[in-house]
This record gives sequence, C-alpha cells and structure tokens, in this order.
Amino acid sequence: MDTLRFITCGSVDDGKSTLIGRLLYETKLIFEDQLEALKADSKKFGTQGERLDFALLVDGLQAEREQKITIDVAYRFFATERRRFIVADTPGHEQYTRNMATGASTAQAAVLLIDARKGVLTQTKRHSRIVSMLGIRHVALAVNKMDLVEWSQLAFDEIELAYRRFAQDLGFETITAIPLSALEGQNVVDSGRSAMPWYDGPCLLQWLENVEAENRDAQQPFAMPVQWVNRPNLDFRGFSGRIATGSVKPGDAVRISPSGVASRVKEISVWGGAKGSATAGESVTLVLADEVDASRGDVIATVSHPLESADQFEADVLWMSEHPMLPGRPYAALIHSKSASISITHIKHHLDINTGAHLAAKTLSLNEIATVNLSFDRFVPYAPYRENKRLGAFIIIDKLTNETVGAGMIHFALRRAINVHWQALEVTKVARAEMKHQQARCLWFTGLSGSGKSTIANLLEKRLHVDGRHTYILDGDNVRHGLNRDLGFTEEDRVENIRRVGEVAKLLVDAGLIVIVAFISPYRAERQLARSLFDGGEFVEVFVDTPLEECERRDVKGLYAKARRGELKNFTGIDSDYEAPLEPEIHLKTLGTRPESCVDEIVHLLRSWRQAD
Amino acid sequence: MSDGTFAELESESIEIIREVAATAAKPVMLYSIGKDSSVMLRLAQKAFYPGPIPFPFMHIDTKWKFREMIAFRDRTAEEVGFKLITYTNPRGAAEGIGPITHGSAYHTDVMKTEALKQALDVYGFDVAFGGARRDEEKSRAKERIFSFRAPGHRWEPKAQRPELWNLYNTRINAGETIRVFPLSNWTEADIWQYIRLENIPIVPLYFAKDRPVVKRFDQWILVDDDRLPLEPGETPEIRKVRFRTLGCYPLSAGIESHASTLDDIVAETLGATTSERQGRIIDHDGAGSMERKKQEGYF
Repeated sequence: MDTLRFITCGSVDDGKSTLIGRLLYETKLIFEDQLEALKADSKKFGTQGERLDFALLVDGLQAEREQKITIDVAYRFFATERRRFIVADTPGHEQYTRNMATGASTAQAAVLLIDARKGVLTQTKRHSRIVSMLGIRHVALAVNKMDLVEWSQLAFDEIELAYRRFAQDLGFETITAIPLSALEGQNVVDSGRSAMPWYDGPCLLQWLENVEAENRDAQQPFAMPVQWVNRPNLDFRGFSGRIATGSVKPGDAVRISPSGVASRVKEISVWGGAKGSATAGESVTLVLADEVDASRGDVIATVSHPLESADQFEADVLWMSEHPMLPGRPYAALIHSKSASISITHIKHHLDINTGAHLAAKTLSLNEIATVNLSFDRFVPYAPYRENKRLGAFIIIDKLTNETVGAGMIHFALRRAINVHWQALEVTKVARAEMKHQQARCLWFTGLSGSGKSTIANLLEKRLHVDGRHTYILDGDNVRHGLNRDLGFTEEDRVENIRRVGEVAKLLVDAGLIVIVAFISPYRAERQLARSLFDGGEFVEVFVDTPLEECERRDVKGLYAKARRGELKNFTGIDSDYEAPLEPEIHLKTLGTRPESCVDEIVHLLRSWRQAD
Repeated sequence: MSDGTFAELESESIEIIREVAATAAKPVMLYSIGKDSSVMLRLAQKAFYPGPIPFPFMHIDTKWKFREMIAFRDRTAEEVGFKLITYTNPRGAAEGIGPITHGSAYHTDVMKTEALKQALDVYGFDVAFGGARRDEEKSRAKERIFSFRAPGHRWEPKAQRPELWNLYNTRINAGETIRVFPLSNWTEADIWQYIRLENIPIVPLYFAKDRPVVKRFDQWILVDDDRLPLEPGETPEIRKVRFRTLGCYPLSAGIESHASTLDDIVAETLGATTSERQGRIIDHDGAGSMERKKQEGYF
C-alpha cells in the first residue's frame, strides 16, 4: 500500500475543514468518543445549527476555534483499502502563504477548493502559483458548495473553463475539476449522481486513490547526501543518509562531491546485516571500498553522473519573516545536509503572486516571492529543484534569532565550480605584510555619530605612522563621497554601504596594510559579515562607547538637532537602532577619558597580541 | 522491508533521528516505556547500526507506573544496552504527590510536566525526542516534527518554525530547546503493524489477560498493587482486559478484550470504534486541555 501526501487549499470560507472532516468521517477515521465530543462541540462552537459541524473535527487549536479560522498547517491521516493518505490542511489567508508553501513542499498532489458561488478568486490564483512553484504536478479543482448553486452544470463548467485558461502556464500535468458539496456529502466519497446526473467523472476520494504518487526520483542516477558519518570504532566507517535519487547496490562506482574523489560501494549496511540494493527515499548506511573522506553535506553519486557543485545560483525565494530580507546581509542556509552562509546578491524580480506580474524590488517582505541571485560562502553539491526537490531546496535562517526566515528553490548555477579557480598568487598577504614589518589587520571602529570614532582613528593613525607602520583610514569622508555616493541611509543602503567598505578593507589587508575603518555600522549582522571576510585575528572590533546623551550634547556637526527636528531621517540613535557589540575585541569607554588614552590602550593591546602571535 | 508504507515511514523517522544526532549538542530520547517508545527505540537502533545509539534515554518516573512497565524498562535497557537515566521530581516525591490524593491534573503537572522541565535543565539536554504522533489528538495535528521551545520550555504557537521539505532548522540560542517527534506521521495502526512486522518487544500489559480491576468513571482501572486504595464497597473483579495506552496506572484505563497476540491487537486496532486516548483520563479535563498542557511544557 502506498502513501499519497496531498495539500488542501482554499479561501477562508470555501469549506476546507468541512471537506476534510467529511473525508475522515466517511472513511471511518472518526471514533465514537470523538463523535460524542463533536456533537458537544457542534452545539457550543458550531456554525451548522443542529447539524454536525465537521470543521470542528480538524480545527485543533482553541485560539483558532474561538476566532473561527484555521491558523496553521495541520496534518491528518486516513486510509482506504487502496492507499494511506496524509493531508496537509492549510489556511487560505494572505498572511499565511508560508504555511501553504510548507504544506505544499512535501505534497504530491493538491486539492484546490473553490466556492461555486464565487468562482476563481485572486486567492485561488495565489494558491495555484504557490502549488506550481513548489513543484506539484497534479491538481484537483474541488468546486464546493454546489448545493448553493442548485447543482448547476453551467456554473461548474464556467469555473472549470476559467481555471484551465488561467492555469495553462503553471506547468500542471493534470487538472481534474470535481463538482461537490462537502456539507451534503455529494461527490466526496460517494458518487454525486443523484444531485448532479450530468457529471460522470471521479468523486474526490476516487481521484485521490488514483492520482500518480509514484516516486520519479527513483528513475534518476543515484545520489545521496551524507547526513551523518557513522564511525563507532576504527573498524567501521559508514556514510549514512537518505537516498535522494536513483538506486545503489554493492560494487557500484561512485564519486563524492564536491571533492571529486571516486570509490566503490562495498556494502549497504542496515539493521541486522547488509542489503542487496537500496533506492530513492530509503535511509541507509554505505560502506565504501576505499578509505576516502566525506563529511556531512557531501553527496555520494554515481561515478558517471557526479553531482555538480557551485556557489552562485539563481533561485526562487519565498520570504517568511516579519523582518524584510536585505540583499547583502549574511544568512545561514541549509541545503540537503549542507549548512552554509548565504547572501542574496541581487533581486531579479519580485513575483506578484496575485497577478503573476514581475516587479522590481529592493527588499522582500513577509510572504513575498522573488527570483534572486544568491551566493553561498562555499561550494555546495546541488541539482535544480525541478529535477530533484531534495537536492535543490534550501531554507534560510536568521543568524541572530535562528528563525527560519525563507525558503528557496534552485533554478540553476550562475557559474560552475569547474570553471573557477581562485588565482593562487605567490606573493601572499603574509609576504606583503612581512615586507612592511607588520601584521596586517582591520581595526573596525563602531559607535554612535559623535562618539569620537574619527578623532580616535585619526590620532591612532598618526601614532602608528610615527612607529613606521603602513596604514590607511576608511571613513565616511573618503568612502561616502566616492565609492558609495550612490547610497543613502535606508536600512538596505546601510547594509550595502558596510558590505562595500568591508570588501575594500579586505583588499587593503590583503595588500598588507593596517586598515582603520570608522563607520557607525549600527547593525551586528553587517559587522559580523565584515568580520567573516577576514582570517582569524585579523579583524579587531573597536567599540567606541559614548552614551547617546553625551553624543547629542557634543553634536559637533549639528546632526542630532536636525534629526530631532525631523529634518534628518533614519538617524542612528534617534529613529534608527544602534546594536551595540556584544563582545568587541576592544571596548573604549570614552566618558571621562581623553582620546590620547584611548589610543594608548589600542596600541598597547596590538603590541601584546603581536608578541603573543 | 517488504511493505512500502513502512519503508517510507521508517526511513523518514531514521532521517529525523540522525539529523538530531548530527546537529544537537546534547540530545536525549525520552522513554515512556509504551508502544511508541518501543518503536522509537528500534528506529534509533536502526539509525546508528552497527554503532551504538549515541545519546542516552530518559524516563520521567512519576512513581505511579505499572509494575510491569518498570520491570520491562530495566530489562530492555540491559538487553539493548542503552544508557538509561531515570528522574523523579524530588519536590513531588517529598510531598508524596499522587493522582489519587492530589487529583490527576495536579499529579500530571508536578510529576510529569514539572519533572520533565527539571530533568532537561539538570542534565542540560538541548534536544529531547518524544514519541508523540499527530493522529493522537487534535491539537497535535499542527505540531511540528521539530517543536521549538522558548527558554523555560514554553511552547508558543506563534514561535514555531515553518517546516519545509525534510529540511529541519536545528539552530537554537542558549536556553532554548527543541522537542523532536520522529513518529509524527505514524498512526496507531501503523505502530501496531510495525511492531508485528519487526517483532518488537512491548510491555505485556498491551496483551489481554485476566486481571483484577475495578470500575471507575465507567472505565476499568487495574488494581496493580496497594497504591490504589479501594473505595468502600469496591471489590476487585477479574476481567480479561488490556491497555491501548500506558500512563500512570490510575490514569490509564483498560479495555475489555480478547486480543492476546499481536495479530489480535492489529485486527482490533484496525476495527476500533473508539480512539486510543479514550483510556486517558487526562484528556477529559475539558476542551483544549491538551493544548493548555502543551503550552505549559507537557509533552
């Protein structure tokens, strides 16, 4: 008996919960004690008068019962003699698009509910686009509430036609329109011929029992991401994972991506012994013939079809966080078993999910979808999402809160690993720095406007210069007016500003210089991004810690006064946040300290580190 | 595995268990001794074969478990060779809290919910496996496989992370924990059929046998030993009963049954007309009682 995972989607009042409740009830998945509870609940919360309110069977959380809406993805189970079913019941509200995508991500088929009185709505189109983007191939158009349109064939035909016309570009392999009434139980599990003699297609349950659930991944060449290296003792080393595509047997030649190392499968180790073969979807442990290295996130694949690796992709991204996605900001990502750091380098276009239009965008907000270019901080083995979901899907995680903020699907790699070899220069960073008798570093000053960053930075550069060091200062004066003159002070521009400054500082450090950066750089994430560009010990975060009141009292450039008058927008400390460093290498408390003493402190620390090195 | 259904369920659960082993700092598998725990244990053995299971098991002992459960627990730990931690809420034990003297709600709160939170804190476990299934109860149908808990072990419906594909976000900050449910997509019928297929050992209380019982709240309560004081006029009678779920013994009611083999149990489960939670007295506390308990940290 196989399992079909499907998703139901529709607008708030299309009767989804009633339909699922009906399916559970009719397939005898409702027990007597639950039926008793349902009768009591129907009286208390129900919207169906004296009748059983099947929606109450599936609307689980008390909060949503009271609001009479479904607010999350619920998974239900039922079975017939032919199949086992897992239903992802997802809500229809605009703000919960992410839940629909969640439900669709593991589904093989979709049931789209339409209210026969209302026809194809904007919501229907939105749901269809999400279902299509997530790669579902088979759709049932459940035209519900036929009882309220007098079981009219004309009404049904019009809706079917309108939907087929709309959906022709969405790539569904099959669309089956079914007229039904979940409330009256017509065409759900039994034929609805008594009410609709003009309809001779399948009822919903027949469709569910017969729609394709076959695992096409099994037909592709073998590939398995390494999830866990099983090494209980020196005599056994196995690579555990769930097979993404194809099948494998002992003796098969394989290649590991991205290293390219080849070997042979010696054994498929499973509980109590070994297996003769294994196929897509199975969790197994492979023992290879040679002592080769592979770690979590690597992919073992057929030698003739090794998985490609790349670090730059075009992908679809669905944003799922209240905080907007900012291009350039580093996020964590997980693709199959591989963890990496990623950033969106460019938003190609934002997809208007209601109309299908492509729009320009600088950021992405909650529930928005875009096609983007993105960059991983390392090479990852992958396959396009359309070819294989397991090897082409990824999630995006906020590095500070650890919330899952986005979901992505790879279209293709922008450049391939095989074409890119970082030029290995013989004159190295170390060689350049040694010639200058110094250790190259980036001293990154952060603090409020007027905290004394530039004053201290300038004094420090003079002191280092006197000591014979080769230095350079990057600050607002020489960067904002040239390299970054196209950037303003919105959140996304600030992110881009710091990204560029970080990259320039990195080049200068590579040239062997001691680089002093003096920027407000208010966000931890961007300072973290800058830090990540450097080797260990090179990046020194200097927190110039001056209380806001003191900065405002000094107000050398009169900016605080302007900001207070509302003439200057997005001013850090006034109407834009400053995220103080949590663990800066150097913490300068300037109140009551002369700038010269601050410089003494920095120079002293730099010397002590150099001696320790 | 010959049956496609179980190959898929099993592979998914093994993937979940391995993901925790690969990413958690200090995981633990909660072991309740019941049928679901028995299946979870077998899946953990399979996930890491031929190596040992790389995390300990923990039983929150309310001191009100059936005697046969405790004997089975100790025997299983020894035979399989996993590391077993048992934990009892010291405050509850000192105050002698029990379901009969203090009521089922208070007993469960102190000896299970509070005890579990204490134990996770005492040992510093960041991820705990539980055997809950989505088909058990309405509020669980929306539970994630990786269920995020804020500091203090609170379950916030709004803080749950979207769970797409088989990609599980296991990253947490200090003080936060995750409960992981590898059996989320199994049904009661799946559990029994898998136990039969794999011949997994389970507590004998699941099999029908003549046992001394008394009738309370219209349900059969086992007279396991003198922890259960008899009401005036109550005399134990011998009935052929078995248990569909096992919890604290005055809180788990038996059902009259002749199912004394796994085949019988599977047949009975597939033809059942009442849900397994009917025998759980805790669920009858009122609408939304499970949801409330979950927010407080009950499994």
